[in-house]
Amino acid sequence: MQYITPLAPAYAEVFLLCMVCVILLLDLFLSDEQRGITYALTLATLGGCFLLTGYSGSAGEPHTFSGMFVADLMANVLKLGIYIAVAMMLVYSQAYIRARGMFRGEFFVLTLFAMLGMMVMASANHLLTLYLGLELLSLSLYAMVALQRDSAVATEAAMKYFVLGALASGMLLYGMSMLYGATGSLELTRMAAVIDGGAADNTLLVFALVFIVAGLGFKLGAVPFHMWVPDVYQGAPTAVTLMIGSAPKLAAFAFVMRILVSGLGADFLVEQWQWMLIIMAVASLAIGNVTAIAQTNLKRMLAYSTISHMGFLLLGVLSGSNDGYASAMFYVVVYVLMNLGTFGMILLLSRAGFEAENIDDFKGLNQRSPWYAFIMLLLMLSMAGVPPVVGFYAKLSVLWAVIDAGYLWLAVVAVLFSLIGAFYYLRIVKLMYFDAPLDEAPIAPDAGMRWVLSANGIAILLFGILPGPLMTLCEYSIALSLQ
Amino acid sequence: MSYPILSVVIWLPIAAGLMVLAVGDRHAGAARVIALVGAIAGLLVALPLWTQFDRMASGFQFVEFAPWIATFNVNYQLGIDGMSLLLILLNCVTTVLVVIAGWEVIQSRVSQYMAAFLMLSGLMNGVFCALDGLLFYVFFEATLIPMFIVIGVWGGPNRVYAAVKFFLYTLAGSLLSLVALIYLYIIAGGSFSLLDFYELPLPLDAQILVFLAFLVAFAVKVPMWPVHTWLPDAHVEAPTGGSVVLAAIMLKLGGYGFLRLSLPIVPDASQALAGFVIALSLIAVVYIGLVALVQSDMKKLIAYSSVSHMGFVTLGIFIFSAQGMEGAILQMVSHGFVSGALFLCVGVMYERVHSRQIADYGGVVNKMPVFAALFMLFAMANSGLPGTSGFVGEWLVILASMKVDFWIAAAAGSTLVFGAAYTLWMYKRVIFGAVANPHVEELADISKREMFVLGVLALAVLGMGLYPAPLGEVLHESVNEILRLAVPGRKLLMGM
Repeated sequence: MQYITPLAPAYAEVFLLCMVCVILLLDLFLSDEQRGITYALTLATLGGCFLLTGYSGSAGEPHTFSGMFVADLMANVLKLGIYIAVAMMLVYSQAYIRARGMFRGEFFVLTLFAMLGMMVMASANHLLTLYLGLELLSLSLYAMVALQRDSAVATEAAMKYFVLGALASGMLLYGMSMLYGATGSLELTRMAAVIDGGAADNTLLVFALVFIVAGLGFKLGAVPFHMWVPDVYQGAPTAVTLMIGSAPKLAAFAFVMRILVSGLGADFLVEQWQWMLIIMAVASLAIGNVTAIAQTNLKRMLAYSTISHMGFLLLGVLSGSNDGYASAMFYVVVYVLMNLGTFGMILLLSRAGFEAENIDDFKGLNQRSPWYAFIMLLLMLSMAGVPPVVGFYAKLSVLWAVIDAGYLWLAVVAVLFSLIGAFYYLRIVKLMYFDAPLDEAPIAPDAGMRWVLSANGIAILLFGILPGPLMTLCEYSIALSLQ
Repeated sequence: MSYPILSVVIWLPIAAGLMVLAVGDRHAGAARVIALVGAIAGLLVALPLWTQFDRMASGFQFVEFAPWIATFNVNYQLGIDGMSLLLILLNCVTTVLVVIAGWEVIQSRVSQYMAAFLMLSGLMNGVFCALDGLLFYVFFEATLIPMFIVIGVWGGPNRVYAAVKFFLYTLAGSLLSLVALIYLYIIAGGSFSLLDFYELPLPLDAQILVFLAFLVAFAVKVPMWPVHTWLPDAHVEAPTGGSVVLAAIMLKLGGYGFLRLSLPIVPDASQALAGFVIALSLIAVVYIGLVALVQSDMKKLIAYSSVSHMGFVTLGIFIFSAQGMEGAILQMVSHGFVSGALFLCVGVMYERVHSRQIADYGGVVNKMPVFAALFMLFAMANSGLPGTSGFVGEWLVILASMKVDFWIAAAAGSTLVFGAAYTLWMYKRVIFGAVANPHVEELADISKREMFVLGVLALAVLGMGLYPAPLGEVLHESVNEILRLAVPGRKLLMGM
């Protein structure tokens, strides 16, 4: 009998929580000129978390808190991804938030709290932990969207995000309570065991499943639960949009995996949720890709593109095999990398008093800066899934899994919609390369932005030429975590 | 063999392209020189392929193998046969010529222009070398990007429409073939190697689906009627260099795909649907030949003529005889020289007069006699005059189709009439007659640089027309091997 909970698997979370409190307090004593210290400390915290997660990844027993928390390979890999994504987001946003008076302690503290939520989600092995993480993440994000409180669009977006998010949380809770009723347990592994034992009421389970899937759909932004995505993406300050669109997707993937695969992975339930996901995936691909064509606001366009990418992610999950889950994981990691780069480019072109959020702002970028145009070219091709950049392999591995699962028609549908998708990504390339610039302002990013954005672009190409290691990592993560 | 020749042939131009890109547009002179050196080096490293190629051996040579994506058993597997060899050499020669041809014409963003062509060259070599399905696909798709940029940045007034149409058409075609490749990968038990695909037993209905997926991809690329409509747009709007590479090499990716993938992997479906493909080919030959006749824009005329000539290639392939197939491959090579040369000729005039309309010319021979003589040779080759390269392939294909069916041969043979009609009529209106207008009056004959480029092509056209035997020698074994793999029933029997 163990009286002291072993904290080793959760060192990173504990450390982060302590550091958030330190930063929160310290920031009170800093003047505006000294705010750089908060920024540096936040990055240092991320570095510390990185090391701690790396360390606990090699430690023995992954479960702690009586099995409510698990730090398996999948959780650790996703957490490492989350740290990198959040760090990149901070580097990209720095100049932007400085110019808009958001370079304050709240921004960093909320970011770190959101990150804590994501980490808890990634490691949750219990419906309560899962919900705790999700709400910590969501509440922090609602506040971040509303951070510019004088902006009418931002407050409207925050309101919408909050109301719909709360609705989704309600649905999830309702589903969870039914699961508890049916299985008598909130712990995912025990729940799965009860379901496998045939002791649970099937009707109730399927009923719960519907609510859970609807809640997940909201959080992921999959059609028909996607209404909030475009408004929030457009309304939120770009730095926050970047935050919403990147790291939380990794956590959302973990959420889907934990609840659908670990918890509700019994064969007859898989059959049920497979069809729900097929409908959501196809609808997301269709509506996301087709509607994106009509957009002139880049952030809105990317919102619809996100919807379609979530459709692809669901395709990987619904294949119902380890290969499929691995492909979905690979997809989401690649997606986050591309999304970071793309919003990084928007932040690069924005400056004090100017939001580069219309697609026309990218006109003639090749003449203003061939290097950044090249990076954006790589990003757009990657989003469209054209080889030799990494987005292609992400789509490929998902198609692979889908065909392997016997859904050839689904692969054909996905391919046709990504063809439609290629059109609007190509339009950005066209604007950058073929048109004359509207805006001649020099592009002068700070050193951090310059290096990180360049590394981001090169990573897109490099992972495209050698996708093997990253794919293998995802394969192992899934195989070792879902035994 | 001391070094991996094929890898060098693929990656050297790409590396040179990156270097040119790094030099940047501000140092245009340096960019040009590096590009030329890179293109020539690319050609030189490819020459040992010709000398060391074993003409008696069947199967793939210069094979390279390295794991690439280990989890999915995807390998970096390269190898060539005679067909790839010819196309690689054609590609390397064309790249040098295109770099020289763009030397003075391109004044804006020189380094990007040169880099695009060098990378394109390396990527297309990759397509011709790849023996792994995924590797093939990656190279095949990647070629779209530089060409898209070339058309869109340096093209004519309607370039954006043309570039986007080009990209989406080709992407649409190839995405379905990706699904087919993944399907084959799964059936083959987790291998993307084309060699494994060749030995894969497949029932007829599966073969037909795979064949159709491939057909869409390659038919768009060839292009075959009725999916050819992107080609005239792309050609008309592309800068001269873009048109040359598009016609000379990129269209060959389609024909190459049929021979490397469709026929050996799904032989029974290929046989079963051969009639369909032959019908499309004949429509291209006859109908598009007639369409070419009424064009008033020279580039458009040559573009339609390309579609018509590529109809011969698909016809030759789907006749399923050694003669027809060799004819098809020789036609691909010849068309590479001839159409490239014709686009260069139009480019030469366009740079001086800034018009591609036939009506704006007349009497050019009075001012540019040397040019007129060279242009004459290429026009003759385009109409298939014996003694030029254009004759060899067409003759073989017509001969082969005569053995199958008289009417196929008769329809195919009509190209000798139409081809001569549209090419020579255009030639007559542009070159002969009285000097039409002041622009023509001011024309100066071609420079040494243009002379060199066209001269090399003229030698190639004549050499191939007068003595095609060395090319045939290289092809014999490869064609026999493809035909052996494409024997009907081979795959159906394997499954039993």
